[in-house]
Amino acid sequence: MIIPHPLLGPRDASEFTYLGDASLLLRPDAPVGDPTTQTMTAFHDYIHLRDNPHGVHRELWFHEQGDRSWLVVTRHVSSHEILSVELASEAKKPRKNTSKANVKTKPQKGGKR
Amino acid sequence: MRYSIWSILRQGLKGNRGWPLAWRDPDPKPSYDAIIIGGGGHGLATAYYLASEHGMTNIAVLEKGWIGGGNVGRNTTIIRSNYLLPGNEAFYELSLKLWEGLEQSVNYNAMVSQRGIINLFHSDAQRDAAVRRGNSMILHGADADILNEDDLRRMCPFLNFDNARFPIKGGLMQKRGGSVRHDAVAWGYARAADRLGVDIIQNCEVTGFVMNGGKCIGVETNRGRILAKKTGVAVAGSTSKVMAGAGLRLPIESHVLQAFVSEGLKPLIPGVITYGAGHFYISQSDKGGLVFGGDIDGYNSYAQRGNLPVVEDVCEGGMALMPMIGKARLLRMWGGIMDMSMDGSPFIDKTPVPGLYLNAGWCYGGFKATPGSGWCFAHLLATDQMHEVATSFRLDRFKTGAVIDEKGSGAQPNLH
Repeated sequence: MIIPHPLLGPRDASEFTYLGDASLLLRPDAPVGDPTTQTMTAFHDYIHLRDNPHGVHRELWFHEQGDRSWLVVTRHVSSHEILSVELASEAKKPRKNTSKANVKTKPQKGGKR
Repeated sequence: MRYSIWSILRQGLKGNRGWPLAWRDPDPKPSYDAIIIGGGGHGLATAYYLASEHGMTNIAVLEKGWIGGGNVGRNTTIIRSNYLLPGNEAFYELSLKLWEGLEQSVNYNAMVSQRGIINLFHSDAQRDAAVRRGNSMILHGADADILNEDDLRRMCPFLNFDNARFPIKGGLMQKRGGSVRHDAVAWGYARAADRLGVDIIQNCEVTGFVMNGGKCIGVETNRGRILAKKTGVAVAGSTSKVMAGAGLRLPIESHVLQAFVSEGLKPLIPGVITYGAGHFYISQSDKGGLVFGGDIDGYNSYAQRGNLPVVEDVCEGGMALMPMIGKARLLRMWGGIMDMSMDGSPFIDKTPVPGLYLNAGWCYGGFKATPGSGWCFAHLLATDQMHEVATSFRLDRFKTGAVIDEKGSGAQPNLH
């Protein structure tokens, strides 16, 4: 797979380390003090549960052998086709105040395979 | 027909024209006592043990494609029970014992060959870990031997013993480990289950669950609605997709694992050998091909094929371990979809939906578990109780904290 890096252009996927679903960007508040069931459940779900969709997947890749930036890659998991790529810092901005774990943003156009 | 030397002779005299079909091709009935979704090794083993051990014969196995076309036909055929943690080892030892009696039990030649598995170690620390693991295995009734370098030089003179960075210092051997003809496992269980009255329904894709008052009472398929008192799901890489139909999110990611086979060679490798300094393992099939593999590709995938960086990585591991492998040509490679769980261990449990049971999360270790998984899942489906060796495989263990993390790498499925 070739990942079209927003700053560096096309880079081989083997330069990157994979973390997982981009919903990991949306970390809920950790249970503080006496943890209530609700905050524990939210944290459990964040760490351990995944949508694991059969189709388009937004996911986090770390450019470890490159500029060490985190990217959000939108990729089809059956064809491995990469649909769009953005910097995780950019991807996170518009959703800063939402609490829902799996908000989907519109994928950017123009990503190349 | 019972398979035996006499049936082979009798059919041979008749020009092999009298063999009956190994299993029927029935149409689905409107309802069953139990349905198992997934006609792979685990699903077929579950059906066989439900019928043979628990007397439940009004059951069906539903398979989207053809039986044995998924991971049971795509693995590297290794059987072993060399696990460390108590939650795992008793289960895998039961599974290995079932392998030892499998062919007689199902009357099918699965070519179970206990030629031994050796996990190499390269340092004092790795030797200590291997001794600890071996002791854990022995405590659970399995067999384990520590081999020193001289033993290994006699058994496997082709290994790269004097590598400057990772010299081979010995290995942990389980003599009862080995390999099995993987397709024959699916066919043997299917035929044996069919003979006990189980309906094996191929080309029958489950598209959803039939719910009644929050309870699962059957499935919708492309061949119509089929009702069942109990529904068991054993669909490996497709687990998240199928269970989403019941509104469940699971601690599972689907990843692709590649496997490789070389051209056929004369007998060369005595058993199964795993490299301790990289992820690489190898054995030789009865046809002579070197069967080997390594890491998963490491990203979510439902494609039954992988990418080239892992091919290179696996071949580098092979060259580092046994440089002679460079002379063999690669014949085939393929990929299978692994249901990677958050701690690298499986689930055999009820789900929050009454009537719906789950068998999943086998990561890339599902083949060796096939008989044990079927045995314990059948026990759960028939009795509503977890089998005594599978009590740790709970679906809610990440909530309770009772995780079974053999590798200690945390909630990161691509590292298990």
